[in-house]
Amino acid sequence: MTVYLLRRLTAGLALAVLVTMITFLLLSTSFDDVAGSVLGNGAAPHQIAAQKAQMGLDRPVAVQYADWLAHAVRGDLGASYFTSEPVRSAITARLGVTLSIVVVALLATSVISVALGVAAAARGGAVDRFAQGAAMIGYVVPSLLVAIALVYVFAIKMHVFPATGYTDFSESPSRWAGSIAIPVVALMMGGVAGLTSQIRGAMIGELRKDYVRTLRTRGIPTHSIVLRHALRNAAGPALTVLSLEFLQMLGGALIIEQIFALPGFGQYAFNASLQGDVPIIMGISLFGVLLVVAVNLVVDLLGGWLNPKARMVR
Amino acid sequence: MTTARTDARRRPALRRLLTDPQAMVSASLLTVVVLLGLLAPALTDHGANQANLDAVNVGIGDHGYLLGGDKSGRDILARLLYSINTSVVSALIGASIALAIGITSGLIGGYFGRRVSGAAEWLFSLIMTFPGLLLLIILMPVTKGDYRATMVVFGVLLSPGIYRLVRNLVLGVKNELYVDAARVSGLPDRRILRRHVLTVVRGPVIIATAFLAGSSIAVQSGLAFLGLGSSTVPSFGAMISEGFTNLYEEPLQFLWPSLVLGIITASLVLLGNALRDALEGGRPQPVRIVTTTGYRPPAAEGDAVTKLLTVNDLAIAYPTPTGELKEVVSGVTLSVAAGETLGLVGESGSGKTQTAFAALGVLPAEAVVIRGSIRLDGRELLGLSERELRAVRGTSIAYVPQEPMSNLDPSCTVGAQLVEGVRAAMPMSRGEARKRVLALLARCGIPDPERTFRSYPHQISGGMAQRVLIAGAVAGRPLLLIADEPTTALDVTVQAEVLDLLRDLQKDLNMAVLLVTHNFGVVADICGRVAVMREGTVVETGTTEELFAVPKHPYTRGLLNSVLDETTLRTDPPAASADALETEKR
Repeated sequence: MTVYLLRRLTAGLALAVLVTMITFLLLSTSFDDVAGSVLGNGAAPHQIAAQKAQMGLDRPVAVQYADWLAHAVRGDLGASYFTSEPVRSAITARLGVTLSIVVVALLATSVISVALGVAAAARGGAVDRFAQGAAMIGYVVPSLLVAIALVYVFAIKMHVFPATGYTDFSESPSRWAGSIAIPVVALMMGGVAGLTSQIRGAMIGELRKDYVRTLRTRGIPTHSIVLRHALRNAAGPALTVLSLEFLQMLGGALIIEQIFALPGFGQYAFNASLQGDVPIIMGISLFGVLLVVAVNLVVDLLGGWLNPKARMVR
Repeated sequence: MTTARTDARRRPALRRLLTDPQAMVSASLLTVVVLLGLLAPALTDHGANQANLDAVNVGIGDHGYLLGGDKSGRDILARLLYSINTSVVSALIGASIALAIGITSGLIGGYFGRRVSGAAEWLFSLIMTFPGLLLLIILMPVTKGDYRATMVVFGVLLSPGIYRLVRNLVLGVKNELYVDAARVSGLPDRRILRRHVLTVVRGPVIIATAFLAGSSIAVQSGLAFLGLGSSTVPSFGAMISEGFTNLYEEPLQFLWPSLVLGIITASLVLLGNALRDALEGGRPQPVRIVTTTGYRPPAAEGDAVTKLLTVNDLAIAYPTPTGELKEVVSGVTLSVAAGETLGLVGESGSGKTQTAFAALGVLPAEAVVIRGSIRLDGRELLGLSERELRAVRGTSIAYVPQEPMSNLDPSCTVGAQLVEGVRAAMPMSRGEARKRVLALLARCGIPDPERTFRSYPHQISGGMAQRVLIAGAVAGRPLLLIADEPTTALDVTVQAEVLDLLRDLQKDLNMAVLLVTHNFGVVADICGRVAVMREGTVVETGTTEELFAVPKHPYTRGLLNSVLDETTLRTDPPAASADALETEKR
């Protein structure tokens, strides 16, 4: 188990190095613009060259990347070109906002999708039509429009939730819940649609299997067959879908944050990207990969707990 | 040959599409929208970026602006029409890049083996591990905000999905016998890929394309909404964003682009789903697990029931696609006395298993009991609720299946499954149940019960698994054990041991056994009486000696004659029997 964890963590770190390296390589094609935007409009070519030299952007790309990596390993991600704010503390401060909407949305998506998908597969009929209809709406309506419609109805017309802004959990849990409620719902739409369809399909497949009939002949109650046996077997593929949903939501959160003026990861990334603020972009890509690695690891551990065969492979 | 077959399959798919309202409506909507975009220069005199300061926020029809003007004084209609073109171009770029990369590498990775696919797999999972939208945003300095360049990157990000889809399809078809045959007969790889592999890949790829186009459009609008990209490119996202800031004063400015964008993405998703239904058949429908039959048998006719199990004139039917009912069991009558072993013999499809399932109350949900009665120890089983049946199962009637592996829950330890069954049959503490299960496993000839108790089904052999299932069946000391071909799926050497075990248990527990089989060797070995089934009815019943000595029915004689010698055992793989079951249902 420890060996497995170590191997996975090493692979995750290698991935982080690779992704940041590729990002840096791609970014290096636009260093002229970066230097130009630091200087402001209308900078002459020689000024830009001087600026690049001063920022160290004229060195070979490999040297620059190695330099960045060497600092990153020690926890130093540099500072913004424009505000001189240290990147690491800036990102961790904003990450809390993004993660609070993504994690809450992910948890809510799992609960709702499992309930809907299992009920649809096990009951059929009206419940199934409802679940399929809900999934269809989630697929069909762009979440951007859902978000704005929700703001219009609940914040502007009914004043149930604040339209924009963020209250930290430590400040007031109830206001925190209010400030993330609409963003979370908007973020969940697509995820619920995808996961519900997946769980419904997998559960239908499991419930047709022989072992379900055999368990019935032993007098085992239906709820136990559905929840303890079939759902456990159907949950493996659903977990994979969930980890992909996490990626989707992390992306979706960027747009949602913009709509609701939430001071998160996305807005920060967005502004940095517009300005070509290389240290911030690099820091964000590093945190992005580490997040994904962490989530995939959790998903794999859960999958191993659910599926004894996957456990054996290690 | 293959081409003819796929053509025959495709034509009805096309016809189904043409008659499917969902497909037709969504396809027509898309066509209209795309045409509107293409005809934009003819439909409006205004450019998308042409601003008239007098026309800021003007109403509908003012200044020659059919849908009014936006907050910069531009014609909303013109912007809508030109935005369609931006969306269409985004969809074309995103989808075609994803398809080109995904299909090529999928075909190569799937067809040409492991080393290529290993490298591709690694690369694609690398691409998949990064949140796409975040990558598109941080690459802004590289793409310079040009939405076409962004869509190229997005196409690359979408390609792993297509790669996986195509690779799995190719791996599936590669092992088909007709592809093997084509390869053996010396057809070049290129032709095999084109003739056999591409025909399989085509359908799913067409479906995926609709979804690729949809997500490309959604992402392009999302990015434009955020303000990424040139402000001179007309886009729904930019329009929605401007409308959003103007939502309080001029909600219509927000509504128009949302409506058109909504129509486009919804049509694509609906079209994709309609294509999936037409090309791949409908999505799976849920089947109720609890299958109480609606049929209520008439009250018993007074005569005292002496037998343990009495099946009288039982008829079971399945609905055909045309809606009629087809009988698979038509009037089966048989009985099992306490403690005796009855062999239920017949060829595949004769309705043996269906009869057994009916007695257990576990017929598939589609099955319809038309008439008859099944009485266990004098009590009518047909028409009982699931709760009532649950009380009977395990304690009065129990079941040993044919295929041991698929009848154990793969992600639950053997011990946990058995303990749950024991406690469902007889209320007792977990500890007691555990002791009882360990004793049962030992009684069923499992050498190391503790170890098997802790094992998962995939860690034990088929023979062991069958012993586990027998232990599970007899755990509640049932009066009647229904064993459905309990030895068919096992190795020849194990078959005899399992039969011995069944015989021993029967004596110990004094239970009756209904043994479903098509093997006369097994019948001669263990059964006291035999019922021979053919096409849904029992054609002959008698003691085993009588039946072997003087078979009365010509079918029985035929069956006996077809037995080469008494040691002949069925050797074909269990998969064939599963197919046989399918035919029985039809």
